[in-house]
Amino acid sequence: MSDSKVTFGFWVYLMTDCVLFASLFATYAVLHGNTFGGPPASELFSLPFVLIETLLLLTSSFTAGLALLAARRANKAQVITWLTITFLLGVAFLGMELNEFASLVHEGNSWQRSGFLSAFFTLVGTHGLHISVGLLWLMVLVAQIIRRGFTKSTVQRLAMFGLFWHFLDIVWIFIFTFVYLMGAI
Amino acid sequence: MNTAINLIAHVGHHHEPFDITAIIMPVMLVATVVVGIIAIILLTIFKRWGWAIGIGKYIWGNWLTSLDPKKIGVMYIIVAVLMLLRGVSDAVMIRAQQALSTGDSSGVLSPDTFQQVFSAHGTIMIFFAAMGLMFGLINLVVPLLIGARDVAFPFLNSVSFWLFAAGAVMFNIPLLVGDFPATGWLAYPPLSGIEYSPGVGVDFWIWTLQIAGVGSLLSGINFLVTIFKMRAPGMTMMKMPVFVWSVLGALVLIAFAFPILTATLAMLSLDRTMGMHFFTSDFGGNPMMYINLIWAWGHPEVYILILPAFGVFSEVVATFSRKRLFGYTSMVWAIWGIVFLSFLVWLHHFFTMGAGADVNAFFGIMTAVIAVPTGVKVFNWLFTMFRGRITLSTPMMWFLGFVATFTVGGMAGVLMSVPAIDFQVHNSLFLVAHFHTMIIGGVLFGLFAGLTYWFPKIFGFRLNERLGKYAFWCWIVGFLTAFIPLYILGFMGATRRLDHYDASMGWQGLFIVAGVGVAIICLGIFFQLLQLGYSIWKRRENADLTGDPWNGRTLEWSVSSPAPEYNFAVIPTVHARDQFWVSKQSSAKPVKPRYTDISVPKNTPMGMFIAAAAFVIGFAIIWHVWIAALVGLIALIVLIIIRSLDEDTEKIITAAEVERIETAFLARKKQGQLA
Repeated sequence: MSDSKVTFGFWVYLMTDCVLFASLFATYAVLHGNTFGGPPASELFSLPFVLIETLLLLTSSFTAGLALLAARRANKAQVITWLTITFLLGVAFLGMELNEFASLVHEGNSWQRSGFLSAFFTLVGTHGLHISVGLLWLMVLVAQIIRRGFTKSTVQRLAMFGLFWHFLDIVWIFIFTFVYLMGAI
Repeated sequence: MNTAINLIAHVGHHHEPFDITAIIMPVMLVATVVVGIIAIILLTIFKRWGWAIGIGKYIWGNWLTSLDPKKIGVMYIIVAVLMLLRGVSDAVMIRAQQALSTGDSSGVLSPDTFQQVFSAHGTIMIFFAAMGLMFGLINLVVPLLIGARDVAFPFLNSVSFWLFAAGAVMFNIPLLVGDFPATGWLAYPPLSGIEYSPGVGVDFWIWTLQIAGVGSLLSGINFLVTIFKMRAPGMTMMKMPVFVWSVLGALVLIAFAFPILTATLAMLSLDRTMGMHFFTSDFGGNPMMYINLIWAWGHPEVYILILPAFGVFSEVVATFSRKRLFGYTSMVWAIWGIVFLSFLVWLHHFFTMGAGADVNAFFGIMTAVIAVPTGVKVFNWLFTMFRGRITLSTPMMWFLGFVATFTVGGMAGVLMSVPAIDFQVHNSLFLVAHFHTMIIGGVLFGLFAGLTYWFPKIFGFRLNERLGKYAFWCWIVGFLTAFIPLYILGFMGATRRLDHYDASMGWQGLFIVAGVGVAIICLGIFFQLLQLGYSIWKRRENADLTGDPWNGRTLEWSVSSPAPEYNFAVIPTVHARDQFWVSKQSSAKPVKPRYTDISVPKNTPMGMFIAAAAFVIGFAIIWHVWIAALVGLIALIVLIIIRSLDEDTEKIITAAEVERIETAFLARKKQGQLA
């Protein structure tokens, strides 16, 4: 399998994923005011908390980039170190997100409360689901690199993982802006 | 509905006592078991187990596990034809019901069954018959048309097919257990919400489409990369055959539209299983959001189906008029005009929603404008025929039938693009007649033309022309007899999906005529099946020895029929549009090619296994058996990881083997040219 086909194909896949998120964003935009007597966005979210989440994810994107740079130098130990840090940051992000979800549900503001909360949980949850898939991918990738070293396919997969992870980063920036920042106003 | 035991119990009390599905289900179940037992007994009595296992091994080893896009294409078409027959039987039931159910008669179906039947009809015809035939055709010929040996991701292609097949199987399960949706083919909420559709029908619909839809999306990405990255050297974009351009347009639409479907179905599913409120009528849900989203996918979907059909006609008309296609560049621009505009018209499906005059006017104008690029294409085909040496072969007959019906249906569409008129005919049989004209007269005729045209390239022999023409005449006459009455009934005020109407309406005569039309279409289908059987029987007489039975113009006709597994022994170099035609005209002697080893993907059943895991996940969620869903999910992940670790995925066809195959073809070709 030649490199350019995989790279191009993966970009096309990312664009389709982008459309998927666009549909969820559009739905959120339509439903975000439909609180049905429940709490609106401004009463629910803690911005400092979400800011830490955001910084964790952005840092993990940075370390994923460092892993790719280390792979260019064929430095296996560094690649594995950076990928492990990426993984831990990703887990921390996901943990914080689940924590936020759990406290919302605990306060009686679950996805069943209103159309707004359905849209919120689905949009943010879909991003979290992507992060989970990314973490799973990362584990398999690290195992492959440990066992096989830098073959054509492991390097290719590492590069594709990088694209995926940066893409999720960008989606999160939009979520942070549209859901949390604009929700706080 | 938490356990499999409840699953069985659920069937018993779900329907009204006289419901036909209550009869169909046990009959199907008993029939399946009886046929199985008879087969086992016969095989044992006649000691034919070895023979049966041999056939099984052949099908497994040569077809089910194959990654050859030509074989995957054939499998797509087999599934699609089976689903088409199912969809037709639904159509027969709908027509029978409406022809009979007036006055005191309540027809042959209960209202609930009738709703399930028309919902299943639409779902099956769009997602499995039309999409399946389209993907089948794309798999069969796109690599051949661009001078490629394979698709970009052969394994992904197998996954796509099996997801499609898993969807097809899932949508037939309600024949045995559970029920079909009774909500129409697009399952509008709040009707399709858990409150008004508490059964499993809508869930079956959601998971069928979710699984098949992901398959379509993956296939779309795969062929998009194939067309962009794998064209033969020298084949610039503007030298591609127009079929490839049309497919590319459809693929771009798939990439943009199918994720919307995935998201929309997921939200409906979350409403139903997790108690969310996207589309409910209370708790701040917004049902119109669903209708916007589903048509933001749904309208491009119409063009996903029709564009490849347009492409088929572009090849067929040029070949059988012995002329190059008129207006190649305008054809290409027309395709992209349609692709662009198809995302700006979705609201015309619900002008009556009340979006306001300005919004309706915008979408009305866009809808009318989309007729312009379509008109460009129609004129280009007609100008291609002008002063051509026309051969009235079966594919050409399908084209002529298409051009007449499609133009009329298209004008009905332009008529309805005027919101003021749409308000009069919204949800009427006029609309039903319009879109059947586009889908049958456009999509289906195009796919039939394409299948007849490329059949010899895949199987090595032509289909019988005489029976093909009988089939065509039955289809066109039957189609007009079935749908002209519906246009009229629509104007008389008959709305769609009526299971009963008052005798004083005076509609019954026209409904009976429409029923006769469907009977004639069934005769056409009979001739098509007969044509297939007869052609297989007479395959030696109709064998295509030269690989070029129609005096074709494009690269696929330069290789043997059936095309070898590797498609091209030597990748051709392209200098012109219609490269094969140009080569045939040149007097240059062909040089003896130097063959090299060719690597092709190894067979693997993993695609089937992955789709099976997806099937288990969907089926488990439908019945709320969460443990099974989790098991399916873990299986899916493990299978994908196992496949990703496998680096030994290719096998080599040696140069000597290629030379043997090609020499045999050249000998056959000589024999064919002498005869």
